[in-house]
Amino acid sequence: MTVTVTTTINGDAEEFVCEADETLLDVLRDHLGLTGSKEGCATGDCGACSVMLDGRLVCSCLVLAAEAEGRQVETIEGMARGRELHPLQQKFLDAAALQCGICTPGFLVAAKALLERNPDPSETEVRYWLAGNLCRCTGYDKIVRAVLETAADMKSADMKSAGMKSAGMRSA
Amino acid sequence: MRYEAPETLDAAVALLAGESGLAKVLAGGTDLLVQLRSGMIEPALVVDIKRIAETRRIQEESGGFRIGAAVSGAEMGEHAGLKAAWPGVVEAVELIGSTQVQGRATAAGNLCNASPAADSVPALVAAGATARIVGPGGSRELPVEAVAAGPGRTSLGRGEIVASLFLPARGAGQGDAYLRFIPRTEMDIAVVGAGVCLTLDGDGRCTRARVALGAVGPRVILAEAAAAALVGTTLDEAALDALAEAASAAATPIDDKRGTADFRRRVAGVLARRTAVIARDRAKGAAA
Repeated sequence: MTVTVTTTINGDAEEFVCEADETLLDVLRDHLGLTGSKEGCATGDCGACSVMLDGRLVCSCLVLAAEAEGRQVETIEGMARGRELHPLQQKFLDAAALQCGICTPGFLVAAKALLERNPDPSETEVRYWLAGNLCRCTGYDKIVRAVLETAADMKSADMKSAGMKSAGMRSA
Repeated sequence: MRYEAPETLDAAVALLAGESGLAKVLAGGTDLLVQLRSGMIEPALVVDIKRIAETRRIQEESGGFRIGAAVSGAEMGEHAGLKAAWPGVVEAVELIGSTQVQGRATAAGNLCNASPAADSVPALVAAGATARIVGPGGSRELPVEAVAAGPGRTSLGRGEIVASLFLPARGAGQGDAYLRFIPRTEMDIAVVGAGVCLTLDGDGRCTRARVALGAVGPRVILAEAAAAALVGTTLDEAALDALAEAASAAATPIDDKRGTADFRRRVAGVLARRTAVIARDRAKGAAA
């Protein structure tokens, strides 16, 4: 049985035809050319295929593509704005929080979801939140540090812009 | 394989009952998709129940909570009222898998997957939860402990699905808790799990208790003798020793890669005791 699915991926309307038993990950990679999401285990253990589905972090290998009908899907391809990397992406590069890179898209999508929920996580919160993302190269310290440093950078940037705003209000 | 996503329970039941081949219910999919992809099952029909409004909500009912069968673990964890009333149940659900799995996995699915090691089930059994089963013959309520028939098998008939779980009103002086033993801190399957729900009177004496054990038998065990060891006591050391002994005696584990039968019997007692202490402290908090 084939299914025609109308969905939104990274803000763009998308229509695709898939088999009923194909996963969202299969469709992203093989039909839509969005190969940033990786297949590590295909059993929901490694998190390399992490995407957002209606604002929830999920493993796209454990979602049927047909389930995406009418939903909002966000993948790693939607994380940078044009050539401008998301602060997490830039920090992962600067801090060398990756080696082979297979797990990196999943870590980035998961870490972004964490910082949107909790802009100031503790190290323990970062480690538990990312427990479903496996890295077999670097160990986790550089990754966890990169997430914590990004959170700190984003916080001080927010404070700076809030300070500028209130200063602007005072002068007005 | 056919995929259907009906918008009513009646339509879901009709689809499932009308399929002559293997028909499976899809809620969170964190077990089903793995089974599907590995070729362990080859269903002719998958019925996605997430488009059915009543499976997607947590509702207050008779002072308790009705949790739709497609409500994810993350959604349960975010529900302040549910978490305050049944912390043990919510903690048990939140132990299942990663953040990604929590975004999809459901308590009803954990129940219907019928793994002896399912984390949410001992907590639900201890809490006295019931499952609403809908099928071609109508709707019925079943105690949660009667849903699993054995590893991977349920007592549900053809065309029947769990539509929701019901947690009763939390009584005065009542507390619940769940602990599991795993050899690491996260992302693992219970070697032993223990759920305890108990009620204390104004003097701190236990008037009612339910103790349930996971991963130490083909189904979750409602350990009545272990609960009886607590009733009438203030959960003093002697009562906790008696609870641990009765829990170990109730366990019927097997040897497997996650632990030996002897180890599991011992851990069942130790965990039941630790869980009861948490439930007691919560009950005291509730009584205050």
